[in-house]
Amino acid sequence: MSAMATASMQRRLRPPTTLLGWIGVAILGVLAVLAILFVVRFWDGLIQLGEWFIFFAATRPYIILGFAVPIGFGALCGVMCERSGVVNIGIEGMMLTAAFVGFLFGAYLHEPLGHVPAAIVGVGFAILAATLLSTLHAWLAITVKADQIISGTVINILALGGTAYFNQLLVSTAGVSGARTLPRNVLSLPPEVYQVPVIGPVLNAVFGQGPIQMGLIFAVIFLQVMLFRSRWGLRTRAVGEHPKAADTVGIDVIRVRYRNVILGGVFAGLAGAYLTLESVGSFQDGMTAGIGFIALAAMIFGRWSPIGAFIAALIFGAARTLGQAVQISAPPGELGQAIASWPAQWFGMFPYILTIIVLAGVVGRAVAPAADGIPYDKESRS
Amino acid sequence: MTSETGPGQGGMSLNPTSLLGTDRGLGRQFTSTVVAILLGLIVGALLIWLSSALSEDGFQLDLPLAAYLSLLQGSLGNERGWANTFNAATPLILTGLSVAFGFRAGLFNIGAQGQFFLGAFGAAILGTTVGIPFPLHVIWTLVGGFLFGAFWGFIPGLLKAWRGAHEVVVTIMLNSVAALSLNWLAGVVFRDPAATFPRTSDVEGSALLPILLEGTRMHAGILIAVGAALAVWFLLFKTTLGFEIRTVGANPSAARYAGIRPARITVLTMSLAGGLAGTAGAIEILGITKNYPAEYNTTYGFDGIAVALLGRAHPFGVVGAALLFAVLRAGSGAMQRETGIPVDIISIVQGAIILFVAAEMVIRRFLPGGRRATGGAAAAPSAA
Repeated sequence: MSAMATASMQRRLRPPTTLLGWIGVAILGVLAVLAILFVVRFWDGLIQLGEWFIFFAATRPYIILGFAVPIGFGALCGVMCERSGVVNIGIEGMMLTAAFVGFLFGAYLHEPLGHVPAAIVGVGFAILAATLLSTLHAWLAITVKADQIISGTVINILALGGTAYFNQLLVSTAGVSGARTLPRNVLSLPPEVYQVPVIGPVLNAVFGQGPIQMGLIFAVIFLQVMLFRSRWGLRTRAVGEHPKAADTVGIDVIRVRYRNVILGGVFAGLAGAYLTLESVGSFQDGMTAGIGFIALAAMIFGRWSPIGAFIAALIFGAARTLGQAVQISAPPGELGQAIASWPAQWFGMFPYILTIIVLAGVVGRAVAPAADGIPYDKESRS
Repeated sequence: MTSETGPGQGGMSLNPTSLLGTDRGLGRQFTSTVVAILLGLIVGALLIWLSSALSEDGFQLDLPLAAYLSLLQGSLGNERGWANTFNAATPLILTGLSVAFGFRAGLFNIGAQGQFFLGAFGAAILGTTVGIPFPLHVIWTLVGGFLFGAFWGFIPGLLKAWRGAHEVVVTIMLNSVAALSLNWLAGVVFRDPAATFPRTSDVEGSALLPILLEGTRMHAGILIAVGAALAVWFLLFKTTLGFEIRTVGANPSAARYAGIRPARITVLTMSLAGGLAGTAGAIEILGITKNYPAEYNTTYGFDGIAVALLGRAHPFGVVGAALLFAVLRAGSGAMQRETGIPVDIISIVQGAIILFVAAEMVIRRFLPGGRRATGGAAAAPSAA
């Protein structure tokens, strides 16, 4: 395995040897020339547009962070799993289930409990639901040694069908009204703090919003430190890169993987809970609409590190904010006019296309943990 | 199937060929498949029974049976039901073949969904050309749909072969790119101005698939789908190329030593797989929807994964699995009308069946003589 990885890394600097390789190089060359021509032609416009967007974003960072929260938490789930060597494409399904379960408890309990306790209980059950699914994934991937892509697909199918089924039975037919959302500004900083130029809006984006949004920042920092500075992190990475070696020095590979995948479900649960209990307070069938897959993209784009994934989530959130911003008011200049006429779908595609480019290794290469996706078999000789 | 399958489950990364089972014979595979289906149906029945507690009469033990009976009645009880079943089976067979074909080369084509969309859109556009006579127009449109889908499969194939980008992630991303870009193309660029909701114009009558059963909507797509299954079977098991594809799937390094170029096979397999899913989309347009709606809400591509898994990546198994899922799908509407059980129970049953297929080692434990089959020895017969 490692020999193959080294070979592919060396290959990236050599000229292509096959027809396909040349086709790829030719396509890339054409794209590069077009990109350079574009930048040269529209240099002033790009600067103007950049200034406009920085101004727009600086006054509304909470929107960007708001988009980034479910993506970021989903990506943290991916980091937890894949760093220990388990691929998880079921994040989408875990999120959707958590969103629904959280909503269900929030909606049913806000009468008897009052709305803040109901929302908190809802978040708890959302996390529990996602954790149950991640336990299923862990069992299938680690103990049964089923194909991890299939396991993730099963979770996505079950989540989509299951939430729609119970949504119809327990919410639509039963005529249950929406859940209440979590309170904002829980730290209750004085409003003057948010008036401070530059820092104020950023502080508002972090502390002035709901608790889950605030939690993301701490989760990212905590996980980044833990992953690279703690015994747990070292073990996790060892298990993800070379489980056999980790096993030899006495690390229980199976246990580390189980723990990481199950705990990863907590983050997917928070992502789902954010959607229903902090962001909108209602549930629609299939409401995650691919956020779990964007989270996967953010994890790859961020090179499997918590901070990287968070930055990627912010970039994806910014792209979506830009897509909305140009609909509200057209940016200045010729280029601004052009961008204002771009359909929203183009902005929506941005994360996916960026990730494909990164995966193709055109702009910096994304390399997954070496043992990612390989079930660990203690007795195998490889 | 005994001699054709038998790839090892060695410690390679994501190895979908492990699904094809070990060379333990068709009988055992068949048994465990039937067990998985039954367990899936039992899960569905339990869920229906539990949700009957919500009704005024409380728990009803006979509700699951009533639901399944009305489902069967809806899909197989009359001519219209049969027509709906075959119409639903058609795209499922083709997307199932698409995923199964990838499995054979060791590739996991999660992108059947996006390739389906591309093929559907291609057919919807080509179908609007005026002035081509009937059979020619259908063929031209279907070929167009195949090529559109093949293009969407070619991209991940190329990126895998040339850059080593994992096809699973690339196809997941391309699914979303397809849905979003076609939403824009069909809803804005090619939008039919006369239509009330965003969609493309209706295809010409000369591009529509002929109706097989008078008085129903059953179109000729099922013949194409079964023909495609035969063609894929022939290609995989009776030609040199098929042998090369299966060799790459079983062991890429061995294939390389045998003079097969895995990169070439990867690109070719992904393109053909994309073409199969694209054809499914094209048939769906020419037989059912007649235009591409901007919010095209279908899961045929994703269901193809389930079909391929249940069909053990064998073309004939795919046809059987697709027919089973089509029966569930075609009858689900009648079930909801008569018993009030939401149609989504079908997705749960499908998911549960695949769960039990994936967890087959656990099932084997409960089969006679199966305890031996668990553990490393049976899982890696050719690892040495």
